[in-house]
Amino acid sequence: MPTYVNPTACNACAGEHQGPLCVYICPNDLMALDTEADKGFNQEPELCSECYACVKLCPQEAIHVRGYSDFIPLGASVQPRRVDNGLTWTVTFRNGKTLEFTYPSRSTPVGSSDPYKNFTEDPAGDLKGQGLAGESLWLGVDKLPTPSASN
Amino acid sequence: MALPVTETVECDILIIGGGMSGCGAAFESKFWGHDLKVVIAEKAVIERSGATGEGLSAINCYMGQRYGWNTPEDFVQYVVNDMMGLAREDLVYDVGRHVDSSVHLLEEWGLPIWKKEDGAYERIGRWQIPIHGESIKPVTAEPARKAVGQENIYERVSITHLLTDANDPERIAGAVGFGVRENKLYLFQAKAVIITTGGASNVFRPRSVNEGIGRTWYSVFATGSAYGLMIPVGTEMTQMEHRFVPTRFKDGYGPVGMWFQYFHARVTNALGEDYTVTRDDELDKYLPYGRAVPTPTPLRNHQMFLDIRDGKGPMFMRTEEAMQKLAGGDPAKMEQVRQEAWEDFLDMTIAQALTWASQNIEPEVTPSEVNLAEPYIMGSHSGEAGAWVSGPEDLAPPEYFWGYNKMTTIRGLFAAGDGVGAAPHKFSSGSFTEGRLAAKAAVNFLRDHGETPTVNAAQVRQLHESIWAPLETFDQYKGASTSETVNPNYITPSHALVRLQKIMDEYAGGTSAWYTTNGPTLERGIRLIELLREDLKQLGARNRHELLRCWEVVHRTWVGEAHMRHLLHRQETRWPGYYYRADYPNLDDANWRVFVNSRYDAANDKWNLLTRPYINVIT
Repeated sequence: MPTYVNPTACNACAGEHQGPLCVYICPNDLMALDTEADKGFNQEPELCSECYACVKLCPQEAIHVRGYSDFIPLGASVQPRRVDNGLTWTVTFRNGKTLEFTYPSRSTPVGSSDPYKNFTEDPAGDLKGQGLAGESLWLGVDKLPTPSASN
Repeated sequence: MALPVTETVECDILIIGGGMSGCGAAFESKFWGHDLKVVIAEKAVIERSGATGEGLSAINCYMGQRYGWNTPEDFVQYVVNDMMGLAREDLVYDVGRHVDSSVHLLEEWGLPIWKKEDGAYERIGRWQIPIHGESIKPVTAEPARKAVGQENIYERVSITHLLTDANDPERIAGAVGFGVRENKLYLFQAKAVIITTGGASNVFRPRSVNEGIGRTWYSVFATGSAYGLMIPVGTEMTQMEHRFVPTRFKDGYGPVGMWFQYFHARVTNALGEDYTVTRDDELDKYLPYGRAVPTPTPLRNHQMFLDIRDGKGPMFMRTEEAMQKLAGGDPAKMEQVRQEAWEDFLDMTIAQALTWASQNIEPEVTPSEVNLAEPYIMGSHSGEAGAWVSGPEDLAPPEYFWGYNKMTTIRGLFAAGDGVGAAPHKFSSGSFTEGRLAAKAAVNFLRDHGETPTVNAAQVRQLHESIWAPLETFDQYKGASTSETVNPNYITPSHALVRLQKIMDEYAGGTSAWYTTNGPTLERGIRLIELLREDLKQLGARNRHELLRCWEVVHRTWVGEAHMRHLLHRQETRWPGYYYRADYPNLDDANWRVFVNSRYDAANDKWNLLTRPYINVIT
């Protein structure tokens, strides 16, 4: 379902973020800046997979989705809003009924990961073994299984 | 030809692709090789790139060893049966024994996993655990980005070709590509390369048309580059004839696993029949796999296919029946089930939620149509196409071992995720794990072979010219027509994609051919795809966005051709429900319980097909 941009709400990220965030994030190189209008737009709607990466990131909530014309009847919408470490979704049916759902999406603050925290493997001494980094801490069992050990 | 500036990047390990496998490879490589320069090249931005960029509602590969749920041996049994007898047991076991550590790490980094009251993980199925996974990709990307360092991540760079050593065509030397957002060509010189790029959507003509072709089941940005990069340099590939045909909610392609396994919903036809009951006898035609528990995915497809072929559709997932039964008249319980049902889509396939809303479908009231999708060629989910790689030191028999785990037949070239063949059912967590395994092996390779490969400058120049050629072609010929798209001198990438999809659909057993083909049909299709491959030299691109699409369709065409050549070689129907060889309609374990492999010989433009033996390692 292709994204579309509400021209009233889009400010092309107004000089912040080194350009529009939708252009930055789109995994399929679809969102582009119309330099004349100074607005974002979807340059190839038929290859939009409705992943909502741009919708979720847009600071102006200017990006929406109009369902694929070949199989989605008009009138419905699904719109997310970022809340603390989660998203609130508003689902509007064609008949006007609405549902709202809030789900968590992350249990830690953004940027807080510590890749090798408390890992005990020796990068030189354990390189030839089968264990992966941190498995002594994170595998969940004492010993890495091998077929001979478990048969 | 006037080319833009070339940026040359020298590194120890080049990771191509920043999806789940690529992030796993980045994380792992810098632990074992903290002194090494590790570089990621990614055509998008790693926080939302790859097949999990939209999010996920479940981890589908988790043993639960700490709970005593499953052993890696159990996993191998399951996978071999689901693949109708064909999977590399050493590779599957390897993912199984390590994958729990990856899942626990993802949870530590911030992935919310559903828990029971006692704190243990909730379960959907034997291998599946539900997650609040909308942000699984940013959660995974963050430690990868920290591990390799911001300065070593080359985003919006599309890799088009691999480079082999000037003096040794079986030794990797790097890769070339171009900047999607700036006029720039790239040369990556690397001592080891890890391919973690994607499987292929949109090789077959999809059921949707026009705008809906972006709503592929597997990610629309999975362009088969894992194969399109490896095949042209002569990497030995395996099981490229295999495909996955997902049974999914119709058109929106919402997931069905939770409905079948967690909500225990049935699918019924227009007569109210359940094909798993009425078509039960059909399973006896495909023994021993037909009576495996659970019934292999292709055979469940096959049962449904027969209903549809016999005119008994539409097929409906009986969501209303399942939800009413689960709620048992309790409104609070119904609200909980409703929340879970919608999250399943909103976490990972938002289009399905919109599909329901647009048709006023409330799942507790109205059943929802399901269908068999177009085929997909991939190696991480339920498909097993990919490179023929070495197994791990302690598991692989000599026939499956050549020095380094996950190394392809090109020395120094490793693969993970969709790129590894005969090792399916990895999903997100297993692909991340396989990236880690490949990375550790690559560090081992570098410790043993620290030499810098030699790059042939003339070859790089030639490849750079070919990368840029579609832009030049358009500029040169655009004046020959008043239309930018109808011109006798070039075709657009969109034209090429549609031609590929038409060939695959009609000749290789797509949906319009009822997944059916035969030898002469495949031979005809291969001839047409050879002509398409010639025409790809006349692609025209108006801008860099279209140049990206040009190289995507080149990669997809390699996948399509490999798929047809492998289909032609395997003279049996091993996976009914995925495809049917009308001239060899039966499963033939006596002759064909072997891996079908191929190597493309670029010097002679010749494909060499061969088989490799099935060796029991676990079963």
